[in-house]
Amino acid sequence: MRSIISLLLLLVVAWGIALSLDEIPFGTSKTKVGNYYIEKGREETGASNIVTSVVVNYRGFDTLGEVTVLFVAAIGLSAVLATRRKKEKREIEPASLVLYTGCRFLFPLILLFGAYIFIHGHLTPGGGFQGGAIVASAFVLVYLGCRGRRVSETGSKTVESLGGLVFIVVGLVGLAVGGHYFLSNYLPKGELNTLFSAGVIPIIYIAIGFKVGSELAGVIDHLVEESE
Amino acid sequence: MIFVVSLLILLMLIAAIAALIYKDLMSAVIASCMVSLIAAILFYFLQAPDVAMAEASIGAALVTAVFIIAIRRTKRYEE
Repeated sequence: MRSIISLLLLLVVAWGIALSLDEIPFGTSKTKVGNYYIEKGREETGASNIVTSVVVNYRGFDTLGEVTVLFVAAIGLSAVLATRRKKEKREIEPASLVLYTGCRFLFPLILLFGAYIFIHGHLTPGGGFQGGAIVASAFVLVYLGCRGRRVSETGSKTVESLGGLVFIVVGLVGLAVGGHYFLSNYLPKGELNTLFSAGVIPIIYIAIGFKVGSELAGVIDHLVEESE
Repeated sequence: MIFVVSLLILLMLIAAIAALIYKDLMSAVIASCMVSLIAAILFYFLQAPDVAMAEASIGAALVTAVFIIAIRRTKRYEE
């Protein structure tokens, strides 16, 4: 009986979703704002990656909210797990030589790739969030492969706070100097398609990259510490 | 092109179903990692490389790592 009712409910929900999906015209450009970003985005922001110009410039305030959500999640996790911290050091079985050497060899390369992604966020696909996640995955490799190695917690917290602070200060300066909105682009835009272009966008993305990377690495660090 | 995409979607469906029915949780985690990876490739084909990068680094790398840490803390086999 219960399974029949749940099946009926599932069918009703599926029908509703199918109806609403049928209404959306996929593949056609209907919105004016999307066309505006594609046509004017490059000259207005100086970033050749249009996604970046939307994320950091036009919708910069939303990005602040996104960064805050991640920050609150990391703080909540560390608040839950830090209360059960065990202080005594247990003997950890070392990894095999091949795994250990491989991790140590790959770690700087993955870090370099992540830094490349978030420094070139205004030129190539990717940006602060993607680059930060790649940096964090380098730390995951070290935590799982070369066990016993840790990043100092004070260092990661400092980097995280500095990243958030740079983002907010640059945005507020934009509010005061450049225009009437958060994160207005007040630095010179430079030449399109060069590294030093697009005004504040690279600064913001480097700050976000450091912040997201240290935050996600801190989350993994807390979980690994709890599991040992 | 359409053939490659259909093959990828089929593989993704198989991996998703495998993640549901495996009793060995480590294999299930690897299967769900495969779902994320194929989703990243499909995002790239849909001309969304930014989303593909986020999906590959978060969905395939970090979430898998979190699940593996959780499995190490709990049990590996489902009853």
